[in-house]
Amino acid sequence: MNSNAPKVCMIVDDSKAIRRVISGMLSKLNYSVLEAEDGACALDQYKEKHPDIILLDWNMPGMDGLECLKQLRAMHEANRPIVVMCTTENTMPKIVAAMGEGADEYIMKPFDIDILKNKLEQLGLDGEIPQ
Amino acid sequence: MNYGDFSFIAGFLREKSGLIVTPDKTYLIESRLSPIARECGLTDVVQVIEAVRRDPSSKLARAVVYAMTTNETMFFRDAHPFETMRKVLFPKLMERRAVKKVLRIWSAASSSGQEPYSVAMLLKEYFPIDGWYINIVGTDINPAMLERARDGYYSGFEVQRGMPIQYLMKYFDQLGDRWRIKTEIREMVEFRLLDLLGDFSALGSFDIVLCRNVLIYFDQPSKSKVMNAISAQLAPDGVFMLGGSESVYGLCDKYTDVPNLRGVYCLKQDKAWQAGQPEVRQTGTASPLHIIAK
Repeated sequence: MNSNAPKVCMIVDDSKAIRRVISGMLSKLNYSVLEAEDGACALDQYKEKHPDIILLDWNMPGMDGLECLKQLRAMHEANRPIVVMCTTENTMPKIVAAMGEGADEYIMKPFDIDILKNKLEQLGLDGEIPQ
Repeated sequence: MNYGDFSFIAGFLREKSGLIVTPDKTYLIESRLSPIARECGLTDVVQVIEAVRRDPSSKLARAVVYAMTTNETMFFRDAHPFETMRKVLFPKLMERRAVKKVLRIWSAASSSGQEPYSVAMLLKEYFPIDGWYINIVGTDINPAMLERARDGYYSGFEVQRGMPIQYLMKYFDQLGDRWRIKTEIREMVEFRLLDLLGDFSALGSFDIVLCRNVLIYFDQPSKSKVMNAISAQLAPDGVFMLGGSESVYGLCDKYTDVPNLRGVYCLKQDKAWQAGQPEVRQTGTASPLHIIAK
């Protein structure tokens, strides 16, 4: 990949409306965006396109976010993707469970672009590497 | 709001709090005072201004001052000052205070408490403070904000702004849809009612004074007054921290900058900080804070 290219972020969420809103935020932050509607679809896209970051919803039909996270982490890849849970599951036990399975950050819905930007920056990410 | 209304309320705010509101900030008056109009059953902001004109010492007039002087805040705001504290200021100060084991930090205009609690979490996270007397003082002009800060409850939005999830897991308890900062952190901070333009000599001496993005709203004489008064509350080798866009130069001659530490000032007669400090580099906005030490 071109080192000056935008970082690629995959949004995994079964709600098309939510994917559209988050996609708009990420575009403003200079990320390139992929979308997946459930965990299984996310794993397929990950194997093919290797996004840098995955924003992962928890509750989805079929494979849920936590199972998807477990399978991603079981791949033991050298350049493992950054996974940020992005969910309405806003209780401490859920947060602890996801972080225990290897999530890098956790965003509780609802959130705004400032929170998303801040969380990505905390992970050392910028949307684009300056030329 | 006509020009007469604006001139009156701008003059009133300047007199009562040192706050400068220029005509391009008329929207700020509208947005901050509209809730007061609603709460008091008044039709609009113009009626609020009329009420202040009729009785400038009324409860409503005080509410206007509080509403206009409330600062935007978030946990670990700007990240860089916290990195500076973590990497340079606290290690040096704790080395110098190793016998007495006392550290005092003042967060001026602490609003709903995020800044002093961030300092408390930073100390708890990275430094062996058992056996130390750590006294973090948050002050504000607004009693309602102080009460909120003391209670230590925050919304999901507030705990996500600026703060990595690991801090939430470690230092907060969940109560319904709100999050309360744990007692061990709350106990490190005391909140006091204080007007920065008043007399605060009784506060005692501090090792670090945080006065970030507060004085930007004040006029030049008020900035000078506050900076001079704070210099009298600094320990001889204490430091004064301003926001990224602020400076002491041309306003107060008591301070000089600490080399390599952006926004950090020490007293002119103190030579220890002026000897030079390692530069604090930053990779992401807050990335080093993301690494939990324990």
